[in-house]
Amino acid sequence: MRLKRIAAAISATVLAMTMASCADTGDDGGSGSDGTKAEAGAIDCAPYKAFGDLKGKEVHVYTSIVAPEDQPHIDSYKPFEDCTGAKVKYEGSKEFEAQLLVKVKGGNAPDIAFIPQPGLLQTLVKETGKVVEAPKETAANVDKYWEKSWKEYGSVDGKFYAAPLGANVKSFVWYSPSMFKDKGYEVPKTLDELMKLTEKIAADDKDAKPWCVGFGSGDATGWPGTDWLEDFMLRTAGPDAYDKWVKHETPFNAPEVSKAMDQMGKILKDPKYVNGGFGDVKSIATTTFQDAGQPILDKKCYMHRQASFYAANWPEGTKVAEDGDVFAFYLPGEKADGEKPVLGGGEFVAAFSDRPEVKAFQTYLSSAEWANAKAKSTPGGGWVSANKGLEVENLKSPIDKLSAETLADPKAVFRFDGSDLMPGAVGAGTFWKGMTNWITGADTKSQLDMIEKSWPKK
Amino acid sequence: MSQALVNPEGPMPDEPDPNGTGNDLSTLDGASTQPAGRRRKKAVGEAARAVSSPWASLVAIIIAVMWTLPTLGLLVTSFRTQKDVQATGWWHAFVKPWFTMKNYEQALFGSTTSLADYFVNSLVITIPAVLIPLMLAALASYSFAWIKFPGRDFLFVLVFALQVVPLQVALIPLLQFFNSSGIDGFWRVWLAHSIFALPLAVFLLHNFMKDLPGELMEAARVDGAGHTQIFFRIIIPLLTPALASFGIFQFLWVWNDLLVSLIFLGGSQDVAPLTVRVAELSGTRGNAWYLLAAGAFISMIVPVAVFLGLQRYFVRGLLAGGLKG
Amino acid sequence: MDLASKFIPMLIALLAFAAVVAVVMTVGWLISRGSNKFTDALQGYWFILPVMLMLAVGLLYPGLLTIRQSFGGADGATGFSMSNYVDIFRDPEMRKVVLNTLLWVALVPTLSTLVGMVYAILVDRSRVEAFAKALVFLPMAISMVGASIIWKFVYDYRPAGRDQIGLFNAILDGLGMEPVNFMLSQPWNNFWLIIVMVWIQAGFAMTVISAAIKAIPDDIIEAAKIDGTGAWNLFRFITLPSIRGSLVVVLTTIAIGTLKVFDIVRTMTGGQFGTSVIANEFYNKAFRYSQYGSGAALAVLLFIMVIPIVVYNVIQLRRS
Repeated sequence: MRLKRIAAAISATVLAMTMASCADTGDDGGSGSDGTKAEAGAIDCAPYKAFGDLKGKEVHVYTSIVAPEDQPHIDSYKPFEDCTGAKVKYEGSKEFEAQLLVKVKGGNAPDIAFIPQPGLLQTLVKETGKVVEAPKETAANVDKYWEKSWKEYGSVDGKFYAAPLGANVKSFVWYSPSMFKDKGYEVPKTLDELMKLTEKIAADDKDAKPWCVGFGSGDATGWPGTDWLEDFMLRTAGPDAYDKWVKHETPFNAPEVSKAMDQMGKILKDPKYVNGGFGDVKSIATTTFQDAGQPILDKKCYMHRQASFYAANWPEGTKVAEDGDVFAFYLPGEKADGEKPVLGGGEFVAAFSDRPEVKAFQTYLSSAEWANAKAKSTPGGGWVSANKGLEVENLKSPIDKLSAETLADPKAVFRFDGSDLMPGAVGAGTFWKGMTNWITGADTKSQLDMIEKSWPKK
Repeated sequence: MSQALVNPEGPMPDEPDPNGTGNDLSTLDGASTQPAGRRRKKAVGEAARAVSSPWASLVAIIIAVMWTLPTLGLLVTSFRTQKDVQATGWWHAFVKPWFTMKNYEQALFGSTTSLADYFVNSLVITIPAVLIPLMLAALASYSFAWIKFPGRDFLFVLVFALQVVPLQVALIPLLQFFNSSGIDGFWRVWLAHSIFALPLAVFLLHNFMKDLPGELMEAARVDGAGHTQIFFRIIIPLLTPALASFGIFQFLWVWNDLLVSLIFLGGSQDVAPLTVRVAELSGTRGNAWYLLAAGAFISMIVPVAVFLGLQRYFVRGLLAGGLKG
Repeated sequence: MDLASKFIPMLIALLAFAAVVAVVMTVGWLISRGSNKFTDALQGYWFILPVMLMLAVGLLYPGLLTIRQSFGGADGATGFSMSNYVDIFRDPEMRKVVLNTLLWVALVPTLSTLVGMVYAILVDRSRVEAFAKALVFLPMAISMVGASIIWKFVYDYRPAGRDQIGLFNAILDGLGMEPVNFMLSQPWNNFWLIIVMVWIQAGFAMTVISAAIKAIPDDIIEAAKIDGTGAWNLFRFITLPSIRGSLVVVLTTIAIGTLKVFDIVRTMTGGQFGTSVIANEFYNKAFRYSQYGSGAALAVLLFIMVIPIVVYNVIQLRRS
């Protein structure tokens, strides 16, 4: 699941990587409009005084976010450390998901963990009983700055545990603005237009395919397929049906699910439309998601549906902007002017201790001050949050701005990545397997039935 | 294992018994009537000639190429840009040479913590995690091989069968044990690695140990040596090649381990081994996977050096002469 | 950073360990001074005590706990039932997984040992022995992360007409044949994955067997040479019998290792396309799905599969 990690929407662009190579001078990145350093800057310390004297205290944070994306995080804690005198000890691990449960059960829980899957939060709360409820100050921040749905994802059985942190947008289609311009294609506004554009590209260009897709992801092979299905569920069945499906209130193989799957099959299973640069339909199963969008640069493929964090996968020197080499457009809904379903991910701040310094830090992380401090300390871009207090002009890269705007759109209806909400046996097991089976030739019904059967009883 | 102990001549009773004690090999053609003497050097030359037929060399070369070529691909890849890597096969780098050091720069200097720190951590983790099980397993396998006690075979089979327990199931119980017993810091990772290595170590060393000639031990006992003396003065020197080969593998496993050290030591920069740095080179979502090639080579240097360095302990002829015959 | 700050505690720790060993040896010596008939046995137990204690805490207890969990329902903690085992045998996909595991455990040890042995014999005594051995040893020194990238560049698939970046398909391309998507072509994909494991394990076999070859007394070989024994007979009647014990050890070790290892399957196919093995399913169940009981039952299945190997070793042990 390592690659699927929906960590803080940090798509470290290659730019970010080079920035981070001199990250010890983390304050040399672009300066804010007020001319101060890019570093987080001073904040109002009053909210943290309530937690008492925290001088010399230490908070141990354990996350899945590793170098080079860790440095912006560490930098963004500075205002908190300046205010309180407490120290934050940061530890990122690529093996986060597998190890967190072991550590908690073995008696070595960190103070705070950034959890990329609400499903994992549920498991931690129910199985270990070691997760501590969020303090009321944090809850107040979340009520103030976040959409209601985000708070629910951080709650278990009605109790609020984990405040949201970063976010990413999955409902994006990557494309080449210059190729579209040369051919006179318009960014589609509805699902219908998207299908028409697909047909048109296939007819126009015999040397390329409209779409390039990759489900491969090492030990997490299959997850990009689950994102496709979730995006189509949100569009063809609607957010309410999606919620019921994710919570298993309707069966996994309900008619609306197979309708959504067949709808996306019109793109994914049609050899005329896929798999640009990689071969036949089946090659989708073995193409890694990292490689999958690259043929756009060679004009072998026109569109690649992948999350905002795919920005980090373009080679050095690729301009990621609306007037650049590649950019993304919102995967449209059925109607151009209706509600806009947005599929996304993010991570949540779970605490395993209720020491005052831990509570104070939780509160800081849920504040608008932190969101802006984080944006400023990420000069290379690759980070957004659904925190409504985040000011878009603090974001540096065009794709981050687009992500933030997409999340903040009044018509947007945000839904969390369903496979991260389902039980692990499905969300990180049969759902992945079902999608790869489906793309390598199995029919819709057999796979949906298989997944439904695997849903854990009780 | 100090150098002084590796003295094959010292402890060995200097009494070759050329007429053999019924070793079926030597009775094959009555060959053991030949004294060991100075002709050993000559034998080396002749045996070399025996296997140096062109076909033998060819097979050896084919295996060597098959085993090296994929790695060569990785080496070349580590010097190519992401774009080239994804566009063309690595052999194109020879057709149209274009190399970059960027991957290595990124791997070596891309972190705020210097790579030297990770090397130091890896060594601090690895050295005791090799020496501790090596010593304990040598002692235990000596006992299993040369001391008679009730239940010996059962206990030995139990130890070696424990190899099958996946270490993943042992993580939580062991962590709980460390927490309750107050064992902390590096000791956790040293002990954990040692424990996981012991079944194989005992099994491997026992195999070499039991092949040692029994007369040797008997002679020593007749001379009044106890097990302690026999172990240090006879066994350890004679077992050098076996100790070296197990040492190499334990070194490799610990050096390349990520799981055990992350669980028992954590991944913070003051204790994390090199593997943590290499793993995170690819970035949070694996987008910079092409850097891993450079990382893999950087972390490979030490194990290969250790392998080459230990080669001199693979000495021939420690058991030569009448000892075995 | 100050190097001493880390190495000095390590040296102190090693001294502490040496002190422990010294105590063990001294007590062992004291035991030997007593002169009743149990002295020897007592010493035997004493010398294996440190190992047995560590194994009891670190492997035996977790192993027994696992067996208990396997009877404790899906989460491993409720009641006592056979349900986890029933589930394994009811799951139609498990049959394939078990078959794959058997394929691995049959092929990997034999092929690795064969290659390792042939190579060890061929390069023995050659002038470039150390270097030649290092070449085959190399794959062992590469971390799993490195190995998975290496083999991506061997098996990678691109459609005909595009530049192949995988070595095998480039060769097929050069021969004018259609490229093959190796990871998708069942059941052959299992063999392609097994090759990776053989590639890694041959270095282990070679090193151990090489050490065994070096233990063959020179005068035996010398005598055989003088007698005019050919290379094949030399191998059959002298080398092979002498390294038999080591061959058994190598085969056993690699077989058990193969049962437990899943990194290759995991990183290269994620266990999909019909390539999963028991250890991979065990890991999924226990660490991804939080179904500790089901995972434990699979681990127990691995324990059971090892029994024939253990029995074979016991027979060998009795024989010698």
